[in-house]
Amino acid sequence: MTTIAELPPGFADKVLSAQSTFRSVMDAMARPGSVQRIIPMAGTAGPMMRGTAAIALTLFDHDTPIWLDPRISDSSDVLKWIKFHTGAPVVQDPSIAAFALISDGVLLPTLERFALGTNEYPDRSTTVIIQVESLEAGRSFDLRGPGIDDVATLQASIRPFDLFDRLRLNETLFPRGIDVVLVADDFVVAIPRTTRVVSKES
Amino acid sequence: MNAPAYNFAYLDEQTKRMIRRAILKAIAIPGYQVPFASREMPMPYGWGTGGVQVTAAILGPQDVLKVIDQGSDDTTNAISIRKFFARTAGVATTTATDEATVIQTRHRIPETALHENQVLVYQVPIPEPLRFLEPRETETRRMHALAEYGLMHVKLYEDIARFGHIATAYAYPVKVNARYVMDPSPTPKFDNPKMDNCPALQLFGAGREKRIYAIPPYTQVVSLDFEDHPFEPYRFNAPCALCAAENSYLDEIVTDDKGGRMFVCSDTDYCESRQAAGHHGSQSAAPYKEKAQGGSHD
Amino acid sequence: MYVAVKGGERAIENAHRLLANARRGDQSVADITLDQISEQLGLAVDRVMSEGSLYDRELAALAIKQARGDLIEAIFLVRAFRATLPRFGASEPVDTGAMRVQRRVSSTFKDIPGGQILGPTFDYTHRLLDPSLAEGFVPEAPATAEASTAPTPRVTDILGRDGLIEPSPQAEDGAGVGDLTREPLNFPANRDLRLQNLARGDEGFLLAMGYSTQRGYGRNHPFAGEIRFGEVEVEFAAEDVGFAVPLGSIELTECQMVNQFKGSATEAPCFTRGYGLAFGQSERKTMSMALVDRALRARELGEEAIAPAQDEEFVMSHSDNVQATGFVEHLKLPHYVDFQSELGLLRKLRKEFAEANAPDAMKEAAE
Repeated sequence: MTTIAELPPGFADKVLSAQSTFRSVMDAMARPGSVQRIIPMAGTAGPMMRGTAAIALTLFDHDTPIWLDPRISDSSDVLKWIKFHTGAPVVQDPSIAAFALISDGVLLPTLERFALGTNEYPDRSTTVIIQVESLEAGRSFDLRGPGIDDVATLQASIRPFDLFDRLRLNETLFPRGIDVVLVADDFVVAIPRTTRVVSKES
Repeated sequence: MNAPAYNFAYLDEQTKRMIRRAILKAIAIPGYQVPFASREMPMPYGWGTGGVQVTAAILGPQDVLKVIDQGSDDTTNAISIRKFFARTAGVATTTATDEATVIQTRHRIPETALHENQVLVYQVPIPEPLRFLEPRETETRRMHALAEYGLMHVKLYEDIARFGHIATAYAYPVKVNARYVMDPSPTPKFDNPKMDNCPALQLFGAGREKRIYAIPPYTQVVSLDFEDHPFEPYRFNAPCALCAAENSYLDEIVTDDKGGRMFVCSDTDYCESRQAAGHHGSQSAAPYKEKAQGGSHD
Repeated sequence: MYVAVKGGERAIENAHRLLANARRGDQSVADITLDQISEQLGLAVDRVMSEGSLYDRELAALAIKQARGDLIEAIFLVRAFRATLPRFGASEPVDTGAMRVQRRVSSTFKDIPGGQILGPTFDYTHRLLDPSLAEGFVPEAPATAEASTAPTPRVTDILGRDGLIEPSPQAEDGAGVGDLTREPLNFPANRDLRLQNLARGDEGFLLAMGYSTQRGYGRNHPFAGEIRFGEVEVEFAAEDVGFAVPLGSIELTECQMVNQFKGSATEAPCFTRGYGLAFGQSERKTMSMALVDRALRARELGEEAIAPAQDEEFVMSHSDNVQATGFVEHLKLPHYVDFQSELGLLRKLRKEFAEANAPDAMKEAAE
């Protein structure tokens, strides 16, 4: 049983750390496939990576229902950490979540279970944060779409292996869809709903 | 009495988180207007509160901020907003377009091509491109949902029937990433081509109307037109009288009450840089001198 | 040679100094104190608190002083300050039935339990300018009586006991109270958000809208069921304490309109409600608000919405005077870039028009 005093800390400087982390995530979202670095560091609980913790501290609060994969939600340390540092409500129903935290991609549920937004309000959709093994090495993916000058090549080791196949639902759903943020330690890559994989080597 | 204490970049952290989440969704859905809980700012609605909130949510101590209004760094509202951020965020400010990392603008896109390490923040009065055709939000929202933009084409076509041209000179509607029709804010249509495939991120903030939208870098932005009446950017007949630029947007200066006119660049930084580099127009003082401090307008 | 206008920064600073001097006025006249504003211009303070959405008499008085008596500017100052305050939650609903009333009138019954209490009001004063007020006026002491301990039940509750008025519409179970300063407004909006919008709305706008319903643009046959003004307790249920903690008391004005009845084959006919609530003593505001609230309930009451006051988007989008004044006044900002664009287009169209309409001979000569 961890007491609040023993919880891993949040940001040392809340204001400037959140700003810096946000800019990394914003740059990632604006330039899909580009690898951005999250500089400010906070304590992490349970299976959370450093980048994930920083993003949580930056974007989560009382107004953002959070869905956690079974491995994270089993960790009372993470639940306490999220509640104490962000105040965000943890929900069981992924279809009302503003954010989902996936500690390990094999635990990613079917994407249709998340909020996909509506045609009137496509922004009311879940942003899915998935922790992956590497965003520097692994299979390479050629990406196209807004934010990308012609083609961006991402080299990454990602689970689930068929993530980009699953994300094809974004093509048919647009403007509804799922935006994904991939985190590996303190690196971050975003795959918004407009990004398409044009080729991938196996 | 409780003396107010304000946060870095004025906004409280909860507000910044809310705006930041809206910005991320705006980038993910190019051209779609994300509703956000716009706050009351210490400047009036309609005077840039949307742009100010977006800038405040992204700005960090490493940023270099440029603020322009009508293309100029020296217009009163640009000065007022620049001072606000210099005071509340302590950021460095500049007038040089290429040195800035964040540029907040009202009504213009700088002439100097933007680069990847820049964010252009637009102040937007009426974000809804369909608003003047259909005043109801419930209706326009449905039209965007269905990508039903016939009304806009009818309006533009009626212009052609009446005037022989599309009679929209500023806030000329664009289609972003082949999906959303978007209001570029009241920039002259001269600037529309600069939005297309731009290396910089473009963010739009409408405070009173509580909307944020975005154009990610390298995104297709097409001005609406017809095959037989293609979009044509505004062209000037004369070069800038100060720097002789042939391809910049010009302000018309009335020099007397007898029809005297001259045309000078609206983008003051661009014009001054050109003069400093030795370009001279018909009315410029040669050689170019540093701009006067203070002035005669007190 | 042409030199572009510079020096805007100094111009702004000088303008601010001029404003500060104009605000102070003739310095041989005593500086007005916040107490004087709060005590002697109390209704102005009440309005600034209401439309500023912040119950703080001292700050409202300061805002009025800073704004040189321009109440919309004062409301704007208060709003901008309010926007920076942390929000801890929503209070428990205040019980206006338990209000310590200073004034309470009903136009629907001659007498009511607890009595009609005229209290401090302009009603029945003759609007004759009173020179004795110009200086040093000392009012006669008012007649006083022991505060009554008799309960003052709300007239609408009395009507409600017999089912003569619809029950106050209830929010869905578990639905929190909306806050349009925290969540962007979507249409159609629920009544909680509509009431919040009206409570913050411009008194003049609501007055005109409410008046228009009386003149037939969405008529709803109102009776002033009750208007009461007095003090109520505010309590806050703190999660970690487990019970409601009193925060203090505030002055409120409440207006309950009793409106035309509805009914159907399956529902017995009954009166309907319109509601107004504001900080301080704000009767015109709450009465107007109640009229417009009732008008905006057209949709839920199955009435055809045809009049401006029944049009939710129209009313809610234009009621806020801070938004409205900002956008109207922003026309003062430079627009010369857009204007140039229009000018260029207009010149081009006029040239083409002249060419098209020139006599053929001239056209040939020109060619």
